Amino acid sequence: MPDDTLTLDRGRPVTDAELNRRADWIRLQTIDLIAQAGLGHYSSTFSCAEIVAALYYRALRLRPGEPRWADRDRFLLGKGHVATGLWPVLADLGFYPRDWLKQFGKVGSPLNDHPNMKLAPGIDFSSGSLGHNLSVGTGMALGARLTGRNYRTFVLTGDGELQEGQVWEAAMAASHYKLGNLVAIVDANGFSGAGPTSQAINIEPLGKRFESFGWTVREIDGNDVPTVRSTLDELPDPSSEEPIVIIARTRKGHGVEFMEKQPQAWHLGLLNAEQYADVVAEITARMDLLEGSRP
Amino acid sequence: MSEQPGEKKMVDVFSDVDRETAMTVNPAGFAVAELGAEDERIVTMAADMSNTVADFIARFPGRYIELGIAETNSVSVAAGLASAGLLPYIYSMSPFGMLKTAEQWRTDVDYNHLPVRLVGRLSGLAMGYFGTSHYAVEDIAIARTMNNTTVLSPGDPASTVSLMRSTAHLDGPVYIRIAEGVGKVYDQAPEYVYGKWPKLRSGGDITLIGHGMGLGLAAAAAELLFEHDSIEADVFDAAYLRPYDEESLLASARKTGHVLTVEEHSVVGGLGSLCAEAIGRGGLSVRMGQVALPDQDLEVGVPAELYEYYGLTTAGVLDHARKLLNR
Repeated sequence: MPDDTLTLDRGRPVTDAELNRRADWIRLQTIDLIAQAGLGHYSSTFSCAEIVAALYYRALRLRPGEPRWADRDRFLLGKGHVATGLWPVLADLGFYPRDWLKQFGKVGSPLNDHPNMKLAPGIDFSSGSLGHNLSVGTGMALGARLTGRNYRTFVLTGDGELQEGQVWEAAMAASHYKLGNLVAIVDANGFSGAGPTSQAINIEPLGKRFESFGWTVREIDGNDVPTVRSTLDELPDPSSEEPIVIIARTRKGHGVEFMEKQPQAWHLGLLNAEQYADVVAEITARMDLLEGSRP
Repeated sequence: MSEQPGEKKMVDVFSDVDRETAMTVNPAGFAVAELGAEDERIVTMAADMSNTVADFIARFPGRYIELGIAETNSVSVAAGLASAGLLPYIYSMSPFGMLKTAEQWRTDVDYNHLPVRLVGRLSGLAMGYFGTSHYAVEDIAIARTMNNTTVLSPGDPASTVSLMRSTAHLDGPVYIRIAEGVGKVYDQAPEYVYGKWPKLRSGGDITLIGHGMGLGLAAAAAELLFEHDSIEADVFDAAYLRPYDEESLLASARKTGHVLTVEEHSVVGGLGSLCAEAIGRGGLSVRMGQVALPDQDLEVGVPAELYEYYGLTTAGVLDHARKLLNR
């Protein structure tokens, strides 16, 4: 375990190549954890791997040895079903021993398919029920204002999650209270569990919708590391007066060719041995290439 | 039109009241203003009923968080505030409190053991002729299945203040159900012990247990049973519905062999249910009755008339007790 008071600050030095490798490492770790549990959410974890990598290895102010440190930046996984991709990251940063990953999915394990703040250090809030976390994040951001702290609260939502009405109640409240310390990131991969999101109920135009609710909107390619990194680097100061939404246009299943082609099929599933080997080969080859391109 | 003698009308429990009368007509609003002075972590929230915490707002304007008519959002925001070290009290109309936000309460507040307080005013049939959408007769059934939530239903103004004070520092969720327009039961509220039922009187013939409005009815009926029938009753204040006082319940039931519960709630899932479950688990052979609202579509009308219609009156409790004893 690291020093209790060691602070990982905002804007840590890391290259884009390293962040790309980290995103692919998240993918590899995810397929191993899912293999261990027997079932899991692949393609929706992969769509936000670059975002999670950039947040945890650069943007967030954290103290792994003191997970409840009052001034830490908060990260809420609104789309809780992709926690599988977060567990190896938190272990790597020292929030808990890597050994914990071996218990993933087993009875009594603190690490499961959805995150539980009571069980896992580093989880700022439990999730699983879509539509709640932007409200909770609004409460945390409001709490920062009331207690005079300058931490940021990030909430990663899915795009299907935006069909939940409560999200828009929170969007109204966050702009009403001028919460520039709140950052929503929409992993807009275009798909929900059952199919294309906007075929079910159209959620577009997302940018205009958030703008009309009083939010500052950034619309980006959410799988492009330099863009994700610079967007996070250039966030308005937490003392600013408009909540920020990053609409991250992503590809569901990104990083694995056959999953990107059939994102729905890999929303929830289990790779067979042959597919597993193919995925490992594809990702490892890319990581090796990135290793070669290192400065 | 002037009111005819005996005619019952809606009582205005919505309008602002001055601080003098707040203690009796809005004890939950009165209490939070007092508590707020002692603990600056306390913040209040209310969905379109800020008048219920008007005193708190006047004294601590920066600690009132208005979220509009959005109860579900309020509960999740409160969970976020609590995780940031604050102690939120959410004031809601009961039908739009625990009932409407049950899932947010369970997932965001209860599962995470967060110190959020939900104060449900206008519970039961208090909103009378506004219609059944405005009734809350299922809230206790829902709340008492939440495994980290303390569920309270005070029987009069003094006990409301006392219970809110004694639970102010609990490090977990609390649901406080407020019965409107109840008269005084206690000259001075008892010192509540967590999960225990104060005993108002002792007797060996029947056990009467009430919460909310039912407490005053049970106490008054016990008085009449003694005066007219020489029947002596154990009377308990079931302000704690979760956890509840199983020990006192079973000891009294074993002694009297007759248990009658009184509550402004459905016969399903409330005090009557929890007593029946405990008595069944305890293996006791007891005659049990419930004065409560039937498990069917309810009538709409002025509360006082509805209470008579459904026997939620002293006479109704008296009658039910006599039948239970003579069966």
